[in-house]
Amino acid sequence: MLAFGRPPGAPFFMWRLRAPIRFFRPPRTHRLGFPDRRTGNARMDPLLDVQQLKTAHLGPLDLRLQPGELAQVTGASGAGKSLLLRALADLDPNTGSVRLAGVPRESMPPVQWRCQVAYVPAETAWWGERVDEHLPGEFSRDTALHLLEQVALPEDALHWEVERLSSGEKQRLGLLRALLNQPRVLLLDEPTANLDLDNTRRIERAVRSYLAEQDAAALWVSHDTLQRQRLGGRILTIREGLLEAPAWT
Amino acid sequence: MDLISLSAVDLALAALLVIALAGVTVWARMGLGRSLVIAGVRTVIQLLLVGLILQTLFDHAQLGWVALMAVVMLAVAGYEVMARQQRRFVGLWGYGIGTATMFISAFAVTVLALTTMVGPTPWWEPQYAIPLLGMLLGNTMTGIALGLDRLTQTVWRERRTIEGRLAMGASWSEAVTTMRREAARSGLMPTINAMAAAGIVSLPGMMTGQILAGAPPVEAVKYQILIMFLITAGTGFGTLGAVWFASRRLFDTRERLRLDRLKAGRHT
Repeated sequence: MLAFGRPPGAPFFMWRLRAPIRFFRPPRTHRLGFPDRRTGNARMDPLLDVQQLKTAHLGPLDLRLQPGELAQVTGASGAGKSLLLRALADLDPNTGSVRLAGVPRESMPPVQWRCQVAYVPAETAWWGERVDEHLPGEFSRDTALHLLEQVALPEDALHWEVERLSSGEKQRLGLLRALLNQPRVLLLDEPTANLDLDNTRRIERAVRSYLAEQDAAALWVSHDTLQRQRLGGRILTIREGLLEAPAWT
Repeated sequence: MDLISLSAVDLALAALLVIALAGVTVWARMGLGRSLVIAGVRTVIQLLLVGLILQTLFDHAQLGWVALMAVVMLAVAGYEVMARQQRRFVGLWGYGIGTATMFISAFAVTVLALTTMVGPTPWWEPQYAIPLLGMLLGNTMTGIALGLDRLTQTVWRERRTIEGRLAMGASWSEAVTTMRREAARSGLMPTINAMAAAGIVSLPGMMTGQILAGAPPVEAVKYQILIMFLITAGTGFGTLGAVWFASRRLFDTRERLRLDRLKAGRHT
């Protein structure tokens, strides 16, 4: 599985770091795997490059996300929006080529892939008694505090009892715990469905600023037309498992 | 050996009790009379047949025949394990996981006990080998069936939890730890209870049998302790192995939860 070699578009000093990394936590060095804009590299590699993705109910479909990009996914219920996100997170069996910053998915252990391509379902699952049982093994406290502030939750929210969380709090904390893994790509399935307008805006701002800070990309499933206008960015429509608008890059 | 032989009349008297019970349930319209009578008839026929087979086996003690008997017992036990699953694995796995782990644990423990602890000559002497294997298989079967059933049920019910953990970057075995622990516990609980209650709440069947057959109680107790430990080891290792293999089988090489590898439940 270890394919050594230079990913297309990667600078020469990166070629060694391509595959043999097998840590639980994705190493930051992976960020170097795509061109640095400051070096004036003209051709930008997509952050997420999906070709001929196919599952039992989806596709084939192609999709590209650039670093910092937020694309929205819409479509009737049952059209396959969630299935697309699940396939990208590698939770459902699928075929086709999926690359993250030029690195093919098959060359990464699944654990590492799912840390970097984070799927946040519409209804997040909570299995422990307290919120902190659901957080990644290690994360930086500063990041956590920063994120808590952005979604308007106090610091001890991390120690709250799950039983007493409102659905809006669950949704905000569900997004937060995924962001603590420092993913490169966010797959958000209606992340603001249970929230009032203030908190919806907070989530939108938090995701936007995360994308800008980390040069990450997001796919955001949304039904809300107003939200679509607020968020901006490309809009992808799914109908019967296929992407309607051709995804431009 | 001052064994009192039972006559046909003694057995018929006991059978009358069962028929009386069946009569009462019919009279009370509980709908159990038929199944009681059928089960009673099955007991008589099956046990008589086994008695005949064992008698023949003891008379012609050959390794080949003992092995054949053992394989038949294993095949039936494997089928029982599969039949007790509400959500069994699709294809050969449904039969294979239970049977393979039962084979490894029950046979290994039996052979170990025969060669090192009991030590008859030859070591496969059917008078010792077959009852020992029977007791081990019977208990291992129960443990594995309970463990597998609990595992597939909880994984099915808590798939959102498992996928939530996977999405957070957990490995397949981290994602399924709690379900696995619960399954192992439910498979081992009957054995642990039996050990804890032995002699106080219940007199174990084998010991009772030996005492009835005229063995000194202390000798019977020693045998019972040996059997209890063998059963615990066989059931324990068998259940742990089956639960581990089954939970591995629930995930594919990309560590995705594959519930499509389970058949839909009988009572959903």
